[in-house]
Amino acid sequence: MQFWLTLLVVLLVAGGLFYTGRSRAFAITGGDATVLHSKPEFHGGMVLIAGLLPAIFVYVAWLVFYRYFADSSVTAQLATELSGLTALEQESFLRGAFNLANGQNVGNVSDAELKAIEAYRAFNGAANLILQLVLAALVLGGGFLAWRQISISFRARQFVEGTVSVALIAASGVAILTTLGIVLSLIFESLNFFQKVPFFDFLFGTHWSPQSAFEGAGSEASERNSEVFGAIPIFAGTLLITTIAILVAAPIGLMSAIYLSDYATPKFRAVAKPILEILAGIPTVVYGFFAALTVAPFFRNAGEGIGLSVSSESALAAGLVMGIMIIPFVSSLSDDVINSVPQSLRDGSSGLGATKSETIRRVILPAALPGIVSALMLAISRAIGETMIVVMAAGLSANLTINPLEAVTTVTVQIVTLLVGDQEFDSAKTLAAFALGLVLFCVTLMLNVIALRVIQKYREQYD
Amino acid sequence: MTDLAGGNVQEINSIHTSDEARARLAKRYRAEGNFKWLGRSAIGVSVAFLLLLLSSVVSQGIPAFTFNFAQLPFQLNAETLGTDGSDANALKKADYDGLVRNTIRGEFPHVTSRKGKRLLGGILSSGAPVYLRQQVLDDPSLVGGTKTPEVPISDFADLYLKGQITPSSYVDGGANLTFALDDKSYSIVADQPVFTDQLKAAKARLAVQAASLRDEQAGQLRSAAKLEGDIVAYKERLAAGPEADVKERLEKSLEKTEEDLKLVRVRIEQLASKADELDARIANDGLGETLTADMPSALLYVGGGVLKLTSVTNSTATAEAYMPVAEDLSAAAPSDWRLRNMEVVEANRKFSDQEIVWTDELVERGYIRNGFNSIFFSRGASREPEMAGVWGAVVGSALTLIVTLALSFPLGVAAAIYLEEFAPKNRWTTLIEVNINNLAAVPSIVFGLLGLAVFLNYFELDRSAPYVGGMVLALMTLPTIIIASRAALRAVPPSIREAALGIGASRLQTVTHHVLPLAMPGILTGTIIGMAQALGETAPLLMIGMVAFVVDVPAAFSDPATVLPVQIFMWADFPEPAFQQRTSAAIMVLLGFLIAMNAIAVVLRKKFERRW
Repeated sequence: MQFWLTLLVVLLVAGGLFYTGRSRAFAITGGDATVLHSKPEFHGGMVLIAGLLPAIFVYVAWLVFYRYFADSSVTAQLATELSGLTALEQESFLRGAFNLANGQNVGNVSDAELKAIEAYRAFNGAANLILQLVLAALVLGGGFLAWRQISISFRARQFVEGTVSVALIAASGVAILTTLGIVLSLIFESLNFFQKVPFFDFLFGTHWSPQSAFEGAGSEASERNSEVFGAIPIFAGTLLITTIAILVAAPIGLMSAIYLSDYATPKFRAVAKPILEILAGIPTVVYGFFAALTVAPFFRNAGEGIGLSVSSESALAAGLVMGIMIIPFVSSLSDDVINSVPQSLRDGSSGLGATKSETIRRVILPAALPGIVSALMLAISRAIGETMIVVMAAGLSANLTINPLEAVTTVTVQIVTLLVGDQEFDSAKTLAAFALGLVLFCVTLMLNVIALRVIQKYREQYD
Repeated sequence: MTDLAGGNVQEINSIHTSDEARARLAKRYRAEGNFKWLGRSAIGVSVAFLLLLLSSVVSQGIPAFTFNFAQLPFQLNAETLGTDGSDANALKKADYDGLVRNTIRGEFPHVTSRKGKRLLGGILSSGAPVYLRQQVLDDPSLVGGTKTPEVPISDFADLYLKGQITPSSYVDGGANLTFALDDKSYSIVADQPVFTDQLKAAKARLAVQAASLRDEQAGQLRSAAKLEGDIVAYKERLAAGPEADVKERLEKSLEKTEEDLKLVRVRIEQLASKADELDARIANDGLGETLTADMPSALLYVGGGVLKLTSVTNSTATAEAYMPVAEDLSAAAPSDWRLRNMEVVEANRKFSDQEIVWTDELVERGYIRNGFNSIFFSRGASREPEMAGVWGAVVGSALTLIVTLALSFPLGVAAAIYLEEFAPKNRWTTLIEVNINNLAAVPSIVFGLLGLAVFLNYFELDRSAPYVGGMVLALMTLPTIIIASRAALRAVPPSIREAALGIGASRLQTVTHHVLPLAMPGILTGTIIGMAQALGETAPLLMIGMVAFVVDVPAAFSDPATVLPVQIFMWADFPEPAFQQRTSAAIMVLLGFLIAMNAIAVVLRKKFERRW
């Protein structure tokens, strides 16, 4: 409700500013808008930008720094009550009081907390008033300054277009910010984790059971705790499932691509391609459901039938379904690569009397090999990062095994199990997820960068 | 010369016409055929998987779209509710639990035992009182009125009515029966062997039990043999005259092993005698058997009631009444009764014969209405499958996607315009381009980690809130939209730009007035595809707490909410078969939305696509 109200006010203010600027521009021409350097709309736009932009900046800055100001104000007021607490305790005390102050009902709280809550509320009240005054002043002041600038020769268009260009650049910077955010958050939380658990214990340890590290893991990292964060079994499990997936997806995807690009009639292609695309468009959670409730029980029963014990969360089921999921990925990428092999190579081979399959096997595939390899690398990266299928169909316990009939766990499964539910950001268990996330990010990034490079080089070769 | 040349030709020809050459050629053509067949079967495999997946989802999901409601004669009046409907607050607080309970008990007054009453109450959903209350609050004229509101029945009752609990078959009576009531149990005597099938089924079950006893006995025999072997070995080593301490240890082991062996032999005896006893019972056709819960059960429909057989011989049986029969029932002609055999044994299902009989009775009295499952499409999550709906998740998805669209569309298009129309070729723009391409391939769960660390932990935004989910998904779809928008902008030919610039437009005017409108269909197509991706995304939302158990349908961007794929994920974990069906139905809803979005994208592309 409040959101929509705010939005309405902002829109009204914006409309008002625009209209004021535009009508002023009209007014000074005495009715002939063509004498203006810029069209009246640009003058309106200029007033709008000058009025709103500074206010928006101030408001965003306020949102970012609000907690800092609120906390320091309250800390100053409660200096005596907080003096006996450590920095960590102070933080959690303030956080609790802050949440209570913004919540509706205050239950049983201590006097100190009550005082903190009141301090927060007082701060909020005063701060909101000041903020509103400042914003109003900025809008009016900025708008007025721009309004005074309006004249027949004023280059309002340049001003508006300049601002818009800056906005466009800023928008493209969001991608950089996102990457930066990912890298920084992963690295910071991982560094915290590696302070509790030695780096090499994590990377080369063979025992993973973070649940047993739950007690006491937050406050002190004992040696016992660092020993349960050995990620080798998880990496092995990820590798196993990914291998199975690629063994399924690579031949099927590649053969589909070859058939579609070199054999299929246009009619067949028109039907088969969309079907493969449907396979790519199905949400992964649906594949997970299919893997957990149809494929896994099928394998278990089939295994029972021939006297094998197959886990109901076998790596085979998860890997197979994941393979199906990435078939379209492999086939569309390979299709691209195969199609970009120049026709002259095909014609040359046919001219020598080779059959179509001989052309494909002896000429096209070797020529397209770098592209196909990088397509497979992209597929591997996709499989490693895939989450829902393995969360639903693979196991939770970290077994170090290469038997595809047993349950193994993967990096993504562990991230999800460690982070779903309530987390505390100072426990090694939570932070371990970020360390795993960092590994995942690095590996997939590496695969992608190499693969994209190879594809680019390869394209250049034939262009 | 000519001879030589002729010989050469012949020689060359013979390379292609010799049997060897023919065989080689045939082999090559075979290889060609095989290769083609391989390609075709690869596509066939993909298609088969797709069909398998869709058909398994659809076949499971279809039943969840309908549901059976009970329209019982609820007495909604001042007496039962304590209010005449004018006071909304009193209506809210009235005892609907008691009302529902008493109404269903009123239908079956013969059920007096505490256990029976509880079982009876379980035929209706435990959410029935809430549902009833909601209807009364929505329409207070129901109080004292003549209309009968309907309430949901329990999930297993619903499954039974859809025929998914157990198949059953009716056998018409083939003999005259006489009945004798002894306390609560009826003794039934037939003048023909009509219960042979039931007796056979019971004996078959005994045979299974006997076989498993024999299996266990065989295992015990093996361990006995092993123990005997151990004893012999110990004795041999003792006979060799070892040192004192070794001897003592050996003697101890020997003693213990002999003890174990004794126990095993006793167990073997027991197993053997039990198995023999069972075998004897199986062999003796004349001997009756008690029908236990792991044997196929049979219901006898006679005298306006239902009797459940508790023990049978070939022509006699004992039974207890599940629905009361006529009090003076003493005999029945062959046409007056029939038997109903349940295929799934009672122990293997969650819906007992007693509940089946009651549910049948409700159907017979016309209280059950099968209709569109409105609960599923209007409510939020619930622990009771029959009360669980997908609407809360649909609204949550919509709220999340609105935020995603509002953020990623303007940002994505702006970034694409800059990169495609304005950006100079320098290091900065190359960096951005490489960045965007790599972001597009970052696993989605990493975006969830980003959201958790930055939005939740650092900025302390709300957990489980659609606006946070929308922000995370916006970051995730941004690369998709940028890439698609750039492709669309690139497809607009330079002549358009040159013409616009030539008549005096600024560069920005060229873009906003000419290039952008022409590229819009392509941009929108890309955006819709990005949104479809975001709609199906689960993992990052798990990270930022959108897995909450949310009963209420969210109404604002900051309300705790869940989204469709996460709802599917949560339901998939529930063991109840009714939840499995609802999960499939929710998947169908999700796929429906995705198909609709992609269809719009295809139509856009077909309708506005221009080749320059």
